[in-house]
Amino acid sequence: MAETPLWEVFIRPRNGLAHKHVGSLHAADAVMALQAARDVYTRRGEGNSVWVVPSVAITASDPDHTDEMFEPTGDKIYRHPTFYEIPEDVGHM
Amino acid sequence: MYSQGLIGADGRTGETETFLAAFQARIDAEEKIEPKDAMPEGYRRTLVRQIGQHAHSEIVGMLPEGNWVTRAPSLRRKAALLAKVQDEGGHGLYLYSAAETLGVTRDGMTEELLAGKAKYSSIFNYPTLTWADIGTIGWLVDGAAIMNQIPLCRCSFGPYARAMIRICKEESFHQRQGYEIMLTLCRGTRAQKAMAQDALDRWWWPSLMMFGPHDAESSHTEQSMAWKIKRFSNDELRQKFIDATVPQAEYLGLKVPDPAMRWDEALNGGKGGYRHGPIDWDEFWRVVKGEGVMNRDRIAARKKAWDDGAWVREAALAHAAKRATGKVAAE
Repeated sequence: MAETPLWEVFIRPRNGLAHKHVGSLHAADAVMALQAARDVYTRRGEGNSVWVVPSVAITASDPDHTDEMFEPTGDKIYRHPTFYEIPEDVGHM
Repeated sequence: MYSQGLIGADGRTGETETFLAAFQARIDAEEKIEPKDAMPEGYRRTLVRQIGQHAHSEIVGMLPEGNWVTRAPSLRRKAALLAKVQDEGGHGLYLYSAAETLGVTRDGMTEELLAGKAKYSSIFNYPTLTWADIGTIGWLVDGAAIMNQIPLCRCSFGPYARAMIRICKEESFHQRQGYEIMLTLCRGTRAQKAMAQDALDRWWWPSLMMFGPHDAESSHTEQSMAWKIKRFSNDELRQKFIDATVPQAEYLGLKVPDPAMRWDEALNGGKGGYRHGPIDWDEFWRVVKGEGVMNRDRIAARKKAWDDGAWVREAALAHAAKRATGKVAAE
């Protein structure tokens, strides 16, 4: 028999915050995945909204290519506000 | 609810010195290792084994307590016990999914457990004979588990550490409800207090064994500590547990069943601690190797649950497949 598919679970602790990954679980379909996520990950009021996403639907960056992927931002210090010199007399900006 | 020096870990690894040194440097810098990062095969294998044993322990751990759900002495106790057993199930599931990030399958782990190839904490191979055993399990077994699990929240492997943080948050209720049961019994009739003492007598030594063999006999501790999978040795954790628990037993008016137990000023670097008598390691290994009172029952119960649930899993998958192709009659 085929293995029951894997789902990733995301929970929003309360309105105003983003959904955050909390773990994964196995379920046959989306409805059962939501019910299982409720039982497994929200037994103590951890949130008010749950997303379940089939794990196979996630495309992830390759950790072997982390350098090429993220290095280009390293030397672009002009993207940060502190790169620019503003005279103190101008005040807070 | 688990704690045991890993049984049969195999940290051997065949990578180059350069690779191992680079990995060790990441560990030493307290960087977390995530599932798709390069890691030594021995590190991966040790974690699969440890997280698997831990997950199985949570799942099998539901059985000794489930034994008392229908006979809990009040609705309050029953609700708490049900919630606790449900938590153990949840802990097992968090851990199985943490292990799956290392490339093993849930079905594969289940098959290993049912075939008797995978280990779980030997404490669950002891029977729960009286209601006081439920109090003692919460107090001692969950107490020992907490000692072991809190440092695991800082384990170098990210998914395991994250699962442990959730588990530790939930575990504190388990120990407190157990101690409250003991407190109630010890303030009750003479027979109730005797029941509490009897449970402590039976669970004390197995609880100390939960921390695993002495450091001198625990051959894989060193590698696990270097990789920061483990943060404290078996004996260090066992000592912490004893020092925390002996005064709690005194408060209950119960006697720890160790005639050799004594306060020793020299322990804990001169801060003092309770020195315990010799542990019967033959018993430990007998139970680990399958000769505990309940080993066969535990696996038989898990196998029955798995087999009896097969039609449900098949039906759910068939239903999902039908819905996916839009063939459900009602739609």
